Amino acid sequence: MITAETVAAEGELTGTKTRSERGSKALDNDFETVGNVRVADPRMTCTDVNVYYGDKHAIKNCSLDIAQNQVVAMIGPSGCGKSTFLRCLNRMNDTIDSCRVTGEIKLDDQDIYDKRLDVVPLRAQVGMVFQKPNPFPKSIYDNIAYGPRIHGLASNRTELDEIVESSLTKAGLWEEVKDRLDQPGTGLSGGQQQRLCIARTIAVEPEVILMDEPCSALDPIATAKVEELIDELRANYTIAIVTHSMQQAARVSQRTAYFHLGNLVEVGETTQIFTNPRHKLTEDYITGRFG
Amino acid sequence: MQFSVLIIILLGVMAMAYHLGRRRSLATVGGSSGVRNLHSLPAYYGFYTALWAGLPALLIAGLWVFFEGSLITSMVVQSLPAALRDVPPERLGLLVNDITNLANGNIVSTQVDAEMQRAADHMNELRTIGQAALAVVVLSIALAAGSLAWRAIGPKMRARNRVERIVSSLLIGSSLIAILTTVGIVLSVLFESFRFFQKIPVTDFLFGLEWSPQVALRADQVGATGAFGSVPLFAGTLLISFIALLVAVPIGLMAAIYLADYAGPKLRSYAKPVLEVLAGVPTVVYGFFAALTLAPAIRGAGEALGMTVSSESALAAGLVMGIMIIPFVSSLSDDVINAVPQSLRDAAYALGATRSETIRQVVLPAALPGIMGGVLLAASRAIGETMIVVMAAGLSANLTANPLESVTTVTVQIVTLLVGDQEFDSAKTLAAFALGLQLFVVTLALNIVALHIVRKYREQYE
Repeated sequence: MITAETVAAEGELTGTKTRSERGSKALDNDFETVGNVRVADPRMTCTDVNVYYGDKHAIKNCSLDIAQNQVVAMIGPSGCGKSTFLRCLNRMNDTIDSCRVTGEIKLDDQDIYDKRLDVVPLRAQVGMVFQKPNPFPKSIYDNIAYGPRIHGLASNRTELDEIVESSLTKAGLWEEVKDRLDQPGTGLSGGQQQRLCIARTIAVEPEVILMDEPCSALDPIATAKVEELIDELRANYTIAIVTHSMQQAARVSQRTAYFHLGNLVEVGETTQIFTNPRHKLTEDYITGRFG
Repeated sequence: MQFSVLIIILLGVMAMAYHLGRRRSLATVGGSSGVRNLHSLPAYYGFYTALWAGLPALLIAGLWVFFEGSLITSMVVQSLPAALRDVPPERLGLLVNDITNLANGNIVSTQVDAEMQRAADHMNELRTIGQAALAVVVLSIALAAGSLAWRAIGPKMRARNRVERIVSSLLIGSSLIAILTTVGIVLSVLFESFRFFQKIPVTDFLFGLEWSPQVALRADQVGATGAFGSVPLFAGTLLISFIALLVAVPIGLMAAIYLADYAGPKLRSYAKPVLEVLAGVPTVVYGFFAALTLAPAIRGAGEALGMTVSSESALAAGLVMGIMIIPFVSSLSDDVINAVPQSLRDAAYALGATRSETIRQVVLPAALPGIMGGVLLAASRAIGETMIVVMAAGLSANLTANPLESVTTVTVQIVTLLVGDQEFDSAKTLAAFALGLQLFVVTLALNIVALHIVRKYREQYE
């Protein structure tokens, strides 16, 4: 059972106070995001999203579109709520008891917080890759085949084999592991494990992939491979990525959203955010003045 | 001087040695301002002195307590007149017993004569001298060793390392005690079993299908031909344990899954201790519950269905035993299920797995070794359990797989063989040791097999 505290302990809500003292004061609750939060062809639309962990107001009135076949990066100092926001997009926050979400999040015009909506197919459509590689303690093959099996995507062994091969190929891992598919996935290196997790996610053919700091536990070479992979995946998937590395955001994303203490401060084209930020807080952050 | 008083004085000496050692270490570096010049913290010098003052003296005292009895006895025997001394060993033993009883002021089996009275007085005298000598020796050793250690204290002395070495050897000693006790028990059972197998062939014992532990006292005695086949007993043990596990494993495991993954934290904090109370109920209480409530109920139900059920049945004993071992399965399983990292659950949820899919396919395989451990512990309890089966399963050694009949178990037979006055050289009594040995070997084999299975099928995270 995880609680708001454990999420906080993982680094997303900690240090809020020192941050606000060092950077600048928290913005008003009715703060208006700078830049255009809407896009022409949105895959997901979020409107006035608020998230509370018990009494703590973690996300304040955030609206954001996630565009088709684009990578949107979410950046900001620790505790700004970017991971929390990401976890709202496939309702992973449901597993936290004290968490409450208001507002409207739509996937293809379907409200995902609708009472009648079943969360299981939603998560099959909106996959997620976590900060720390978390392969199942099963064989490499079973790691990939797990999702297709529970959703009945393959009717026989040959189809399943094809899904496994194509997912591993898309994740750039096939050549490295094709001779040892029966070995445990936990025996791979950190970078391979993370690509295995990405392959596992795309094996269920999601429409959107959420990535929560997918490279923070990887070395630079593995990071480069995963970034390359993200760029390739953009052709077929819609991707939202949370990252602490501004270089990474600049390299892989087309749009960037800057979060600050629960507020979505600024949204824009990645090049514009990094070369010509319009809000003072964004500028301070990307120039390394705080955070 | 009383031994307990001596120990208390020794503890006082140790406390003083601690204080003095600490003071001296500080004095050698010129007071508490010079603490940084000491190799170790002042307290370590104190402990060092105290340990030197205490341990050798305690060792001597321990040895004295161990050898005092035999030493004094042999001295008393030496002092006896030759007429009393030159008798067969067993007569001498009786005499020594009488003298000891007389010296302690207990009842004596024979008429007290002057020689005996003198010997008893002599014994008391020796004891008094011995205790006084012990007190002097122990205290002087404590003071001598303590002051030697105290003199050795200096800023360069590595007191911490030495104290840690002493402590680590104490730790080793403690673990050795547990291991040696086990070895001792196994060896004693082994030797007695060996004596049994000299009277009854091993094959008869292992493969015999009849259990009737009678030994003829006279050659012409009727109906006393013993049969020592252990198969019916093991069949009974396995039948009852199987029924118990059949009850405990599914219920315990499902309770654990509910507690770990479905129940709210508040419910869990109440439900778990309450469930563990089941393990604290004395087995004898379970026993009369089985014998007086459940067994008649099963019999009544069976008769209503037109079956013959004996009033003491394997089913009653097994069901109650199953209830008893539920907490072993559920509590341990709950712990290991909780220990499966949240990240694995998140991974499954993020792929669109339902809660039950996550538990069945991800959490349980990862928790399997721990769950197996809980089941094994429960199985060992079931196999070794005695009280419930004595009361509810009966004493007749039937070789049957019918749970509605009365069976008996290895443990029950060990109890009945050893209850009352027994001669420890007859096959009947020695059979208990052979059964104990067999039970031990079977349980051990079960553990090894289960560990092997777990190692083969475990899904190791991290």
